[in-house]
Amino acid sequence: MRIQINGARLIDPASQMDKHADIFIDDGKIIAIGDTPRDFVAEQMIDANGLIAAPGLVDISASLREPGYGRKGSIASETRAAAAGGITSLCCTPHTKPILDTAAVVDLILDKARDEGSCKVFPLGALSQGLAGEQLAELVTLRNAGCVAFSNGLVPFSSNRVLRRALEYAATFDLTVIFHPQDAALAEGGIAHEGAVATFRGLAGIPETAETVALSRDLLLIEQSGVRAHFSQITTARGARLIAKAQARGLPVTADVAMYQLILTEDALMDFSSFYHVLPPLRSLADREGLREAVKSGVISAIASHHQPHEADAKLDPFAATEPGISSIELLLPLALSLVEEGLFDLPTALQRLTTGPAAALRLNAGRMSVGAAADIVLFDPKGQTIVGESWLSKGRNCPFMGHVLPGAVRYTLLNGRITHKNL
Amino acid sequence: MSLPNPAVLITAMARELQAHLHTQHIDNPRFVGIHTGGVWVANALLKELDCQEPLGILNVSFYRDDFSRSGLHPQVRPSELPFDIEDQHLVLIDDVLMSGRTIRAALNELFDYGRPASVTLVCLLDLNARELPIRPDIVGATLSLEQNQRVKLTGPEPLAIQLQTLDHL
Amino acid sequence: MTPPSPKCPLQLNDQGRLRHFLSLDGLPRSMLTEILDTADSFLEVGARAVKKVPLLRGMTVCNVFFENSTRTRTTFELAAKRLSADVITLNVSTSSTSKGETLTDTLRNLEAMAADMFVVRHAESGAAHFIAEHVSPNVAIINGGDGRHAHPTQGMLDMLTIRRHKGDFEQLKVAIVGDILHSRVARSNMIALKTLGCPDIRVIAPKTLLPVGLEQYGVNVYTDVNEGLKGVDVIIMLRLQRERMQGGLLPSEGEFYRLYGLSEQRLALAHPDAIVLHPGPINRGVEIDSTVADCARSMILNQVTYGIAIRMAVLSMTMSGQNEQRQLDAEKQESR
Repeated sequence: MRIQINGARLIDPASQMDKHADIFIDDGKIIAIGDTPRDFVAEQMIDANGLIAAPGLVDISASLREPGYGRKGSIASETRAAAAGGITSLCCTPHTKPILDTAAVVDLILDKARDEGSCKVFPLGALSQGLAGEQLAELVTLRNAGCVAFSNGLVPFSSNRVLRRALEYAATFDLTVIFHPQDAALAEGGIAHEGAVATFRGLAGIPETAETVALSRDLLLIEQSGVRAHFSQITTARGARLIAKAQARGLPVTADVAMYQLILTEDALMDFSSFYHVLPPLRSLADREGLREAVKSGVISAIASHHQPHEADAKLDPFAATEPGISSIELLLPLALSLVEEGLFDLPTALQRLTTGPAAALRLNAGRMSVGAAADIVLFDPKGQTIVGESWLSKGRNCPFMGHVLPGAVRYTLLNGRITHKNL
Repeated sequence: MSLPNPAVLITAMARELQAHLHTQHIDNPRFVGIHTGGVWVANALLKELDCQEPLGILNVSFYRDDFSRSGLHPQVRPSELPFDIEDQHLVLIDDVLMSGRTIRAALNELFDYGRPASVTLVCLLDLNARELPIRPDIVGATLSLEQNQRVKLTGPEPLAIQLQTLDHL
Repeated sequence: MTPPSPKCPLQLNDQGRLRHFLSLDGLPRSMLTEILDTADSFLEVGARAVKKVPLLRGMTVCNVFFENSTRTRTTFELAAKRLSADVITLNVSTSSTSKGETLTDTLRNLEAMAADMFVVRHAESGAAHFIAEHVSPNVAIINGGDGRHAHPTQGMLDMLTIRRHKGDFEQLKVAIVGDILHSRVARSNMIALKTLGCPDIRVIAPKTLLPVGLEQYGVNVYTDVNEGLKGVDVIIMLRLQRERMQGGLLPSEGEFYRLYGLSEQRLALAHPDAIVLHPGPINRGVEIDSTVADCARSMILNQVTYGIAIRMAVLSMTMSGQNEQRQLDAEKQESR
C-alpha cells in the first residue's frame, strides 16, 4: 500500500532531523522523505498539517499479562493501548503464567502479537527458571525463539555466586541482562519509600540502600563478567549517580526510568491512595530531581512505561494489601509532553529517550524514521489535549492520572505502514 | 415596644418567690440556674434575696431534643451541682421561656442526678410561645413578639434585654 | 514545619466539623481543644449516680474489630452506652475475612445492618481511611487504631491527661519512650502535641526503633534516655512487644530495660512533678518498673477514665457532624 503523509514536522532523533517534509511509504517501509519519488501515486493520503511525525515509540518494559493473568490484561488489549500511546515496539516482561522461560511461551506471545497486529512485541526472557533465582533458564534457546534480553525482575538470586554464574553465561553468548536493583532483605516487608511521608502514614519503608546496595553489587559483577547490562526502573538519585560514575569509568551500562517516576513522589501517598502503590516505590522529591537530571544528561538514556495493569479488586483494599503497579502505557507520549512543558528537556530529547535511547540499550532494530526503515511512525498534535480515561483501552484502570488533562494528542500510529491507532 | 428593665423585674420576682415558697412550705430550697442566661438571673436573684447558698449550674446540651437536627452545641461546659438532688426542693431558673424544650431538658437532666422533692420554675421572661405544657411558677414579664423577632438577655452586669429582628424570616 | 496533611479532609463535613474521626493529622488546634473541653463535660457525667446522657439514644454503634483488643473495645462500648446508644461488637478477625471475603464485601454486609457508626480497628495502616471512603458517607467511622498509622482517641486521652494534670501545653517538655517505629500511639501523640503547641517533643529509642524523618516535624530525637528525660514534665512509655526481639531490632527485653526502662532513678531525672503515662497493657520490668507504674505520679489508671470521656466526646461530636451534613445535604436538595 502506498501512503503519503503530508505537511508534518518531522523529528527523528537518530539522524537529528527536525524539518517539515512529506513522508512516502510503500510496502510497509519509508521509501522517501521530502520530494515525491518518481512514479509514486499514493493510495492513501494523510493530512498531517499541524502534526509532528516521530518514530513510533519504543517501550522497553510493559506487562501484557498474557499468558496467565487474563483479569488484568491481554496481548490484544494492552498492545492496542500501546498503539494509542504512540508505541510501535514494546518489550513484554517475563512475569507471565507460565513464566517466560520456555520457547513455547515465547512463540505463543509472538504469534498472538502478530495476529493482533497493534504493536511489535520483543519478549524479555526470564534469566532463571521460573524466575526463582536458582537455576539458569535456557537463554540461548530463548534468544533463538525471539527474546531480546533477560531479566529476573525484583526476585533475588539465591546467592551472589549463582548470580555471577548467570551473568557469565549470558556474557558468553553476548546476551543483554536487565537488572532491577533491589536488595530483597533490605526491602523486605516494605511498601513505600522509607522517608518522612511513610513514617507519618505508618507504612513500612523500603530504604534507599535497598536499591544502591544491590546496584553497587551488580556493577561490580557486571565489570567482572563483562556482560551487557541495562538497569531498569531506577528510583534513587544516588542510584543514578552510581550509574553515572560507572559510565564515566568506561563501563557500558545503560539505564531506564519509569515515566511516572519522573512525575510522582512519595507525597502522593498522603491519602493512602492505592493507585500510587508501586514497586519499587515512589521516592522523595530529591530523588525525582536526581532522576530528572540523569535523564536530561543522558546517564539514563531511556524512559519506559513499566505498565502494570490490574483488575479493580487488586487495588480495592487498605494500601499494604493492594497489588503494586500503575497502568499508563497509553499515556506515554502525553506524559512525556507534560515534562517538555515543564521544561525538563526539549521535544527532540524527549523523543530520543523514548525511541533510539531504549532501542540502543537493548539493541532493537527500532526507533528510527529514515529512508529504508520500517514505517513505524507516530503522528501527534502538540497543541492537542488528552483527557485521561475518555477512551481507555487497557484492561487496567489503575491509573492515578484518570481525569487529568495532559498536553498533546496522538492522532495516528502506523506500524509497518498500517494504521494501528487513529484518534481525530 | 418598650422592653422591661431586668433589675426591676428581679426585685419583683424575688418578692413573689419568697411568698410562693412560704405558701408551699418550702424552707431551704437549692437554686439551679440554666447556663448561661439562667445563671445570671439566678445570681441576681440570690443577691436580691440575700441568699448565701451555692448556686447549681446546669448545662443542658446533652439533653436537648434537637441533636439529630442541629448536632452538638460547640460550647459545652460541664454542669456543676454542688449539692445532693435526692429529696431536695429545687428552684430552677432560666432567662427566657419560649417553647419549653430547654426546661424539659433541664428537668430530665436533674432527674438523672436524683429525685428532687419539688421543682419551682422561675423565668425572667415568658414569650407565650409554648410548644410543651410547661408553665413558670414565677415570671418577671410576659412579652408577645412578632414572628421575626427574638429577645436576648445580655449580662452578667448590667443585665439588659435586647430585641433582635431576624431578616430572613 | 508541621506534618503535611491530607488534601481532602475526608473526616470533615462542609462546615469543617468532624463527621469521621480517622486521624489527628490536619485537625486544627481549636478542634482538638474542643474535643478536650467536651470530654471534660463528660467526665462530670461519669461521676454522677446515673452515668448516662440521652444524646445518642436510638442510635446504633457497631464495633468492627479486624484486630483483637479487649481494652479499646470495652471503653468504646462503655462510652457508647453512656451516651444511650445501642452497641454491637463484631470480631471480624474470627469470621468473614478469614473465610476469604474481601474487605469491601464485609463492609457492604455491615452497612446493610444500618448502624449509624462504626468503630474500626485494623492491622493495616490507612484502613480507617479506606473504610470511610468505601462506606456510605452517612455512616460515621471512628478509628480505633489502624496498623502503625494512628490511634487518635488514645492520642486525645493522653492529651486530656496531660492538660488536667499539667496544664498549658506551651510550657511543657514531653518525652515518648520506646518502640516509636511500630507505634500508632506515638504518631498520634506527636501530632497532637505539635498541634497543641508543645515546644519540646522528645522521642527516645535505639535507632532500630526510630522511624526516619522525625526531625523534619520538629520532634527532638534522643537515643540516650538519660539525656532525653532531663527535666521533662511528661513521660509517655510505650509498650514493647515480644516480636521486636526477632529480626535484629533488639537483643533482649533485659537489655532494653537496662538501657531504656523507666526505673525510679530514671524518673528522678525528670521534673520532680513529672507525670507518667502508658497506653497499656504494661509490661512490668520491661519498659517500666512496678514501683513507678504504681506510684502517685503514674496516670495509668486515670487514662482509662479519661479514655471513656474522650470517646464519648468523639462519638457525640462525629454524630453531630453527620447530622449537620445530612441537614446541609437536605437543604441543597430542596434549593434545586
